[in-house]
Amino acid sequence: MENWHLLSWTTFLPLVGAALILAIRGDDQAVVARNARNVALLTSVVTFIVSLLIMVVFDPTQGGFQLKETARWMPGFGGAAGIGYAMGVDGISVWFVLLSTFLTPLCILSSVGAVEKRVKEYMVAFLVLETMMVGMFCALDLILFYLFFEAVLIPMYLIIGVWGGARRVYAAYKFFLYTLLGSVLMLVAMLAMYFEAGTTDIPSLMLHTFPIHLQTWLWLAFFASFAVKVPMWPVHTWLPDAHVEAPTAGSVILAGVLLKMGAYGFIRFSIPMLPVASADFTPLIYTLFIVAVIYTSLVALVQEDMKKLIAYSSIAHMGYVTAGLFSANPQGVEGALFQMLSHGVVSAALFLCVGVVYDRMHTREIARYGGLVDRMPRYALVFMIFTMASVGLPGTAGFVGEFLVLMGLFQSNTWVSAFAATGLVLGCTYMLYLYRRVIFGKLEREDLFSILDINAREIAIFAPLIAVTIWIGVYPSTVLGPMHASVDKLLHDYQAAQAAAHNLSIADR
Amino acid sequence: MITADLATVLPELLLALAGLGLLMFGVFHKGDATRVVSVLAILAFAAALLVMAKGDTQSITAFNGLFQVDRFTVFSKGLILLAAAFTTAMSVDFLEKEKIGRFEYPVLIVFSTLGMLTMVSAGDFLTLYMGLELQSLPLYVLAAYNRDNQRATEAGLKYFVLGALASGLLLYGISLVYGFAGTTQFSSLTLVLGATEGAAPSMGVIVGMVFILAGLAFKISAVPFHMWTPDVYEGAPTSVTAFFAVTPKIAAFTLLIRVLEGPFGQLGHQWQQVIVVIALLSMFVGSFGALGQNNIKRLLAYSSIGHVGFALVGLAAGTEMGIQGVLVYLAIYLFMNIGAFAIVMLMRRKGVAVEGVDDLAGLSKTHPALAYVMAGVMFSMAGIPPLAGFWGKFYVFMAAVQAGLWTLSIVGLLTSVVSAFYYLRVIKVMFMDEPKGEFDRHIGKPAKLVLVLSTAVIILFSIFPGPLLSSAKVAAQVLFPG
Repeated sequence: MENWHLLSWTTFLPLVGAALILAIRGDDQAVVARNARNVALLTSVVTFIVSLLIMVVFDPTQGGFQLKETARWMPGFGGAAGIGYAMGVDGISVWFVLLSTFLTPLCILSSVGAVEKRVKEYMVAFLVLETMMVGMFCALDLILFYLFFEAVLIPMYLIIGVWGGARRVYAAYKFFLYTLLGSVLMLVAMLAMYFEAGTTDIPSLMLHTFPIHLQTWLWLAFFASFAVKVPMWPVHTWLPDAHVEAPTAGSVILAGVLLKMGAYGFIRFSIPMLPVASADFTPLIYTLFIVAVIYTSLVALVQEDMKKLIAYSSIAHMGYVTAGLFSANPQGVEGALFQMLSHGVVSAALFLCVGVVYDRMHTREIARYGGLVDRMPRYALVFMIFTMASVGLPGTAGFVGEFLVLMGLFQSNTWVSAFAATGLVLGCTYMLYLYRRVIFGKLEREDLFSILDINAREIAIFAPLIAVTIWIGVYPSTVLGPMHASVDKLLHDYQAAQAAAHNLSIADR
Repeated sequence: MITADLATVLPELLLALAGLGLLMFGVFHKGDATRVVSVLAILAFAAALLVMAKGDTQSITAFNGLFQVDRFTVFSKGLILLAAAFTTAMSVDFLEKEKIGRFEYPVLIVFSTLGMLTMVSAGDFLTLYMGLELQSLPLYVLAAYNRDNQRATEAGLKYFVLGALASGLLLYGISLVYGFAGTTQFSSLTLVLGATEGAAPSMGVIVGMVFILAGLAFKISAVPFHMWTPDVYEGAPTSVTAFFAVTPKIAAFTLLIRVLEGPFGQLGHQWQQVIVVIALLSMFVGSFGALGQNNIKRLLAYSSIGHVGFALVGLAAGTEMGIQGVLVYLAIYLFMNIGAFAIVMLMRRKGVAVEGVDDLAGLSKTHPALAYVMAGVMFSMAGIPPLAGFWGKFYVFMAAVQAGLWTLSIVGLLTSVVSAFYYLRVIKVMFMDEPKGEFDRHIGKPAKLVLVLSTAVIILFSIFPGPLLSSAKVAAQVLFPG
């Protein structure tokens, strides 16, 4: 199955679906919408199945890139072979491919009833978005990566701007321009890397040793892009706006996958290619992490909008990811990767939970709810599972990631892990507070008396999310196992680079 | 000897004869000849393109060095002819709807294009000046073509006065260079200026070069010689604006490259600073100036100033890769602008042309196809991958990074983020605002064809930029022998 071009299929299959949807014509809007939705759902499910085949073929014992595909694309630039079309996955990226293909069908399913206008365009935007996301995680060429990384902005801008809430236009602009600002600096850094190393091939660049003074600048340029995307404090302000204004499915993808792009960038570029600068800047990352985790948790505590609260919690949770990655030990890095996946599932589910009540009441204000447990017991249960997963209850996905990150941080810097643990307590506070205000208390508002519990479609959305949350929480080896070899290789190279740089500086003296 | 020389200028000869013939045809034709003459003019452009493509692609000089043909000129002439053909095709319906259709219009475009071809092939400052004036004079007339319209006549007058000033600067520069170097021929200038290598070049030559630069900067509307652009773009009939935005810019830009890399190639250190400053200023004005514009033509005017700035980044690098980047940029710029202006021309309500950005409101609901094309063009102009505009920016900035122009690349890319704002605004208006009323449904066949073609080319360049890159490379290599 090596030559089946599985990665390309996974990447571009959604585009085929998008083309089919564009071909749908008809006078009856309802029929067109239903057909578009069905085609989109079918395409994304097939894509997910194809991406599962990747897992079948994937050899977890290897640390390098697998299922490689290359094709000449732009001869004459980017080394002898030119800027190439190069795809491949390792034990790290393969999980994010799966995460993207896993969440997309759920998003499409969740938009039934929530999105009624311009359904056709909406579905096309989501499928294009899926292509860009998957392509980005598979890309093994610097420029190809940048292409996908940036192209994500186009569908997301439209999703927020066209189908979003009241301040959608502001949020869409902010999202787009913030991210673009970071990315253009990354582009300069990528060009500089090309001229330094003479290639745009990511595996070759990982082997190249960049001069130390250059590493600093390159690292900062990459940081500008990835920090916005993660997002790290203080460049996080686009996220609450984007989340609040985006339609539910948009928030799900934003929290589930798009935030992971920044962290993925750190582990794919900053750490392996610029190891010395990464080590030098670790204190900076830690400092920003501590500020983020304490500050955003406190901010989350006082939010009155459910989506905003979860958005701030995302910033805190993604803080653990970056801190874990830069702790540069197996526990920290694997914990961070695990946290990325669990956050991808859990925060996506939380946004879907908000979507459920928003679709019914058309408000996200926490104070408008209360006592939902009486009318919506099943919803209360689902919401509780994900709240618990978010605060890191053992047995759920959230626990494993946070625990491993804390362990990794403890080995690297005790103080940082102390602050991180404090953040966990704060995380408990705001999530439980949110849950209490929405679900418990007295059912006083009259319009809530007739609210309906989740229906079969919504159960179908939540069931796989719950299954994954519990499964990887109870048996994390499913995820961690295939990761080991790649993480070991990464850290081995990282340590070797540190040692080499150390010897060099001794020799200089 | 003379036949060989004439063979070299065959495309130009063809256009000259076509222009004269069409003029006569128009005069003696009974009734309105605009449509026929336009079609014939497009055929003439196509014929010139064919003749050129079939011709020898070796570097040839003719008329004792006054005229030169090589792959570089072929590349830029190809772009110019394509742009001229496209804009002529677009304007037929527009002129009829505006009731200003007259057969002189395509004839003027033919003569102007002839001037452009001549100046691109110039091997001597005198040919350069002659070509430049031949392209400018019809343009002055075209700007004021809608002669009963106050804004159009104002645009024409403004363009003429400032253009004459620029020509004056250029001539003064040429005379200075002649005075200090003793020749106006490019090839001899290269030798004369190359001989003083090591020693500081004569101050007179440098001053002359700066004057020439200023004159040409006016033609490409680079800051600080851009003042005329927004007013002329706004005032002139839209079809003329479309022509202005693309064709003369490409011609003047390739001429600028030729002059700076050819005769003044030895003075690279001197002109590089000037180009860097002009590029930076153009990018700045282009991105910040457009922020407050509500007239789509003014917006595109500032956008074109910005694009010139980006293209100048490649020239500032001064390397083969830089020139290749500029050529790629110009080719993509051409099709993006053709697409954008084709849509602007279709913005009519009840027979009246509207030009506000707001007028595009809700276009995605009323005319989805137009809205998608426009959105694609706007994202492309903003340089968002994977659209073609990204590759344009990518290669010029690649050259700048290679040349170590860090400030220029970083500031340039940051201004591109600013400019993204107003491109996004157009998209926002089309997709996120409620419709204000429909545009007229009728889209003529030529406009449809132009839109389809330019969209197809943009998509093609987005996914397979390879052929464009390699032909630009071949063209750029001419300027860097050995």
